[in-house]
Amino acid sequence: MQPPASTMPDADDILRVEDLKVHFPITRGAVFRRQAGAVRAVDGVTFTLARGETLGVVGESGCGKSTTGLAIARMVTPTAGRIAFEGVDITDFDQDHMRPLRRRMQMVYQDPYGSLNPRMKVRDIIAEPLEVHGIAGGRAALKERIAASMAMTGLAPAMADRYPHEFSGGQRQRIGIARALVLEPSLVICDEPVSALDVSIQAQIVNLFVDLRDRLGLSYIFIAHDLAVVRHISHRIAVMYLGRIVEIARRDDLYRDPLHPYTKALMAAIPIPDPELEATRPRQIVQGEPPSATGPRVGCAFHRRCPAAMPRCAQEDPVLMGTPGERAVACHLHD
Amino acid sequence: MSDATVQQVQDEAVVHHSLLRRMGGGLRTFVRRSPMSAFWGVIAALIIVMAIIAPVLAPYPPLKSDFRAMTKAPTERHWFGTDQIGRDTLSRVIYGSRASLTVAVSAVVLGTTLGAFWGLASGYFGGRFDLVSQRIMEFLQSFPDLILAMAIAMALGAGFGTVIVAIAITRIPFGGRVIRSVVLSLKERAFVEAARGLGASHTRMMLRHILPQCIAPYLVLATTHLGVAIIIEASLGFLGVGIPPPQPTWGNMLADSLNAGLIPPWWLVLFPGGAITLTVLAFNLLGDGIRDALDPRLRGTA
Repeated sequence: MQPPASTMPDADDILRVEDLKVHFPITRGAVFRRQAGAVRAVDGVTFTLARGETLGVVGESGCGKSTTGLAIARMVTPTAGRIAFEGVDITDFDQDHMRPLRRRMQMVYQDPYGSLNPRMKVRDIIAEPLEVHGIAGGRAALKERIAASMAMTGLAPAMADRYPHEFSGGQRQRIGIARALVLEPSLVICDEPVSALDVSIQAQIVNLFVDLRDRLGLSYIFIAHDLAVVRHISHRIAVMYLGRIVEIARRDDLYRDPLHPYTKALMAAIPIPDPELEATRPRQIVQGEPPSATGPRVGCAFHRRCPAAMPRCAQEDPVLMGTPGERAVACHLHD
Repeated sequence: MSDATVQQVQDEAVVHHSLLRRMGGGLRTFVRRSPMSAFWGVIAALIIVMAIIAPVLAPYPPLKSDFRAMTKAPTERHWFGTDQIGRDTLSRVIYGSRASLTVAVSAVVLGTTLGAFWGLASGYFGGRFDLVSQRIMEFLQSFPDLILAMAIAMALGAGFGTVIVAIAITRIPFGGRVIRSVVLSLKERAFVEAARGLGASHTRMMLRHILPQCIAPYLVLATTHLGVAIIIEASLGFLGVGIPPPQPTWGNMLADSLNAGLIPPWWLVLFPGGAITLTVLAFNLLGDGIRDALDPRLRGTA
């Protein structure tokens, strides 16, 4: 299947996502399969990402943030919507069509233990992208590229002959980053890259991401589940809830003045690094759980947990409204 | 302990004990951790050596008749006695190991490997191919090993190659199912997903990322099934559809013993039978030991 490479306007945007939906079918029956429903993991996500920009994506477990990342990397198939990367519509691309584009779009994964093949040496792990794309060059050139990639991510090139299990979590994540960057991509999708690390290591790795972005001019989609982590790295932040973006804004605006009640709740959950202030901090804990992603959507998905819910919220589903690229929120309080 | 940590510990165990990668260190650890399995490993190795240097070890040619000593109990001249036409039982047992081991090793390597690749593809691609493959394997497995091997051997006609093919076919589903189940869990691992994200082809993901992780279960399976293959080979020989006489095999030696009288002389039954028992026991216990060393989770299970 070769869809025409439609060029979307605004070449400055490295990535455009329009009304992206990813539904996972629930099937019943072994012989006569029929679809009994669908999990709407991502249910209408729209945003753009400028070259060199970092978009932080936050939300609780199951809100669809990782699936959004996987769909953009075309690791899962979108059910609807469009994804354009560097002006090329990749929504319907298969693995063969994606291969040349993967040089420009790489992923860093959450689990630094699982995402590295335990039987491959660091050298081979970092060399693999080059081999896959047939740009390995000569033996000496390959070695040099691996060493450069390792040095760039703060690993001693002398460690190239070791196996992943000989490294700490933070070092393993550096190996994962080196693997992603050896192809010199323009977009890196970071799927909770620091969630599995110790807090002290998290800062180091986030700083490494910032440093590499500034040096290499990378664009990031930086997925995380708390706002404290994305604050340092993001230019803009999208807050996701049950498969949709409920608020998207520039970082400083979002932290200064969160509009959506869910964003406010997330903000309130950030601990203050001062024990006395922390003890007196007003707590606004969101009660309950998000509604099922399989059931019908009636009203605002957040209304049952929302402290500011109005009768209207139970009936009418708010749409994301605001200035594109500036600030948008899906909440009846801000219609 | 989190899932990631458990996985890490297992990965480390796998890397540390990989016999292929760290032969020396791995072997030493193996001997220290399970001396019993190491002992049976030595027995298995001795049996293999015996098969290789049979002409040096055997006191007589296996087909040479000593007409002064027919159906004689063990003596100084013939330690294991002689059969009805005066052939030396010890020499025949030693030479018999050649047929048993050659057939068993070839059949297991052929059958298990074929099954393993089939299982790899079946588990990796899933879907309809997997569904059909698994039904074929179930069909093969629904026959008792010996009956299936007999049917194939009889259909193809007696001979060395026939016996190997017949036994190999009975081994395919075992290799297929075990490797498929390993692949099913491996393909969900994050590093396989990561390889896909790099743009790796199916071939690359299967051969580079999944297959190497299957070596441990393959080794265990192959070693254990060597024992089974030896039993089937001997049974085919005993039933007269195996390797035809006069070439000595442990199976057809047992069959011959029946012709020596209503109650066969004990030395004609004990020595080939003992050889079969010892060899099967050695390979099975060695296989168990390798499995425990490579996969600590299965320790103590049958």
